[in-house]
Amino acid sequence: MSLTLEQVRHVAKLARIEISDAEAQTALGELNGIFSLIEAMQAVDTQGVEPMAHALDLAQRLRADRVSEVDRREAFQAVAPETAAGLYLVPKVIE
Amino acid sequence: MIEKSLKELAQGLAAREFSSVELTQTYLERIARLNPQLNAFVTLDAAKSLAQAAAADARRATGEAAPLLGIPLAQKDIFCAQGWRTTCGSHMLENFVSPYDATVIERFDAAGAVNLGKTNMDEFAMGSSNETSYFGAVKNPWDTARVPGGSSGGSAAAVAARLAPAATGTDTGGSIRQPAALCGLTGLKPTYGVVSRWGMIAFASSLDQAGPMARSAEDCALLLNTMAGFDTRDSTSVERPAEDYTRLLADDAPAKPLAGLKIGLPREFFGEAERAGCDAAVMARVDEAIAAYRALGAETVEVSLPAMQLSVPAYYVIAPAEASSNLSRFDGVRYGHRAPEYTDLDDMYAKTRAQGFGAEVKRRILIGSYVLSHGYYDAYYRQAQRIRRLIADDFARAFKECDVIMGPTSPGTAFRIGEKAADPVQMYLSDIYTIAVNLAGLPGMSIPCGLADGLPAGLQLIGNYFGEARLLEVAHRYQQATDWHRQRPTALAD
Repeated sequence: MSLTLEQVRHVAKLARIEISDAEAQTALGELNGIFSLIEAMQAVDTQGVEPMAHALDLAQRLRADRVSEVDRREAFQAVAPETAAGLYLVPKVIE
Repeated sequence: MIEKSLKELAQGLAAREFSSVELTQTYLERIARLNPQLNAFVTLDAAKSLAQAAAADARRATGEAAPLLGIPLAQKDIFCAQGWRTTCGSHMLENFVSPYDATVIERFDAAGAVNLGKTNMDEFAMGSSNETSYFGAVKNPWDTARVPGGSSGGSAAAVAARLAPAATGTDTGGSIRQPAALCGLTGLKPTYGVVSRWGMIAFASSLDQAGPMARSAEDCALLLNTMAGFDTRDSTSVERPAEDYTRLLADDAPAKPLAGLKIGLPREFFGEAERAGCDAAVMARVDEAIAAYRALGAETVEVSLPAMQLSVPAYYVIAPAEASSNLSRFDGVRYGHRAPEYTDLDDMYAKTRAQGFGAEVKRRILIGSYVLSHGYYDAYYRQAQRIRRLIADDFARAFKECDVIMGPTSPGTAFRIGEKAADPVQMYLSDIYTIAVNLAGLPGMSIPCGLADGLPAGLQLIGNYFGEARLLEVAHRYQQATDWHRQRPTALAD
């Protein structure tokens, strides 16, 4: 199979990456090259094979519902592009 | 001094032959002189490094004597280190100064090691040549027209050029082993879950694993002793008793130290037709290393890993899928780059990410978003996970016949800068021997096994789950009998 330019644009939108027409065109060629490599998987019959999500069959560890971290809001917000009154600022989303 | 092993450096420090400040100064001077030829380090902070060294000397003065106390190490710039700029090789994090320490950094600090600086890497660890770094390509100290491998290319170049006694790396599809092979070093990717991923910027979380890069198996074992260990902050950290990874590294050298060891040689690497997939000179060095292992008493058996040929396709579904999810955190809100101009929130996200990420990272995010999108999930992501199971099952079957699997680390020696940069598929295929190990979650090493046309060739050793100590022993016995790991690059105008 091969991707279409429209699909590349759609995926870029899903991924929230602005992409120019020229970039989409380049990406199309590259992604089709990569997918021709990936297509080799389709020839394999994997019926009945349990998908492996993880290297080790681990049970998700739970912890007690207790405070374990100290409040370091200032240190963490010091690296943010824009904050005010302890909040992260983003462009207005609700009119 | 710069040729000393970590153990010898520790002895020198203990005997007060030199202080940690003097040792650190020696390396900082070498870095200042030689790094411009290599671009191995992206961030240096001599004042911070020397303050750590002075603190280590003060601890020693009070009678402390931990194995890494006062030893300077280079840290891959994927590890968050408090107060240090931590870029992950990306414009997105160009000005990010971490407010916290990765567990690996915390453990080295507690052990008294000195952070010499942060090493260059492929952007977000996505690459096999170090050419995708926002901060420029790293040069291989064996031939500065060639790549050091990637993604831990800065760490590899730094250690090979003796700009650091040892370094850290991370390995998602071969990023410790391949640069170790291309720069003539010893590198170890532990079993998934052995080293905490906390504070290690995520690429593909079910595959990412940190490990040591050094000049010998012995040095790697010492580093792993500090790096490994259970961490409640990493949800996939494995809870098991602490191990001394140096425990099988004997100093004595009996005639047949590896008598009884069974080495599996996969048909997929060593079969008559399959050998053609590897550079002939590299394959010849690998064959010689296998012969040396037989001389040390090991037996070889043929094994088969039939699903291995599907490891690259499966990896380029699974790793980008996980990456597309992990990298969604870079949205210009909490840290990192934010586009200076935008119209609304969506536009801010899209412009921030278009500006902040380089071409390879975007490519992988697009692949990942596509394979996870509606209608394609089963055909790609689910199928890749099933193939992942087949690959892991192959290894499980093979390890019934043998103790360790060997083969080449990389299908060739260091390639020229620019040679594969324009063709992602060619670049991806350079990890053909290493990727299956990550998919299965097994430990793997690369050790130098000679020179092919003047450039280092690497032998890959693959162990069973949690078999790091044995792997290190097997590597150490070879290094006792040979001196390929002591070869030193000569391309630098020193």
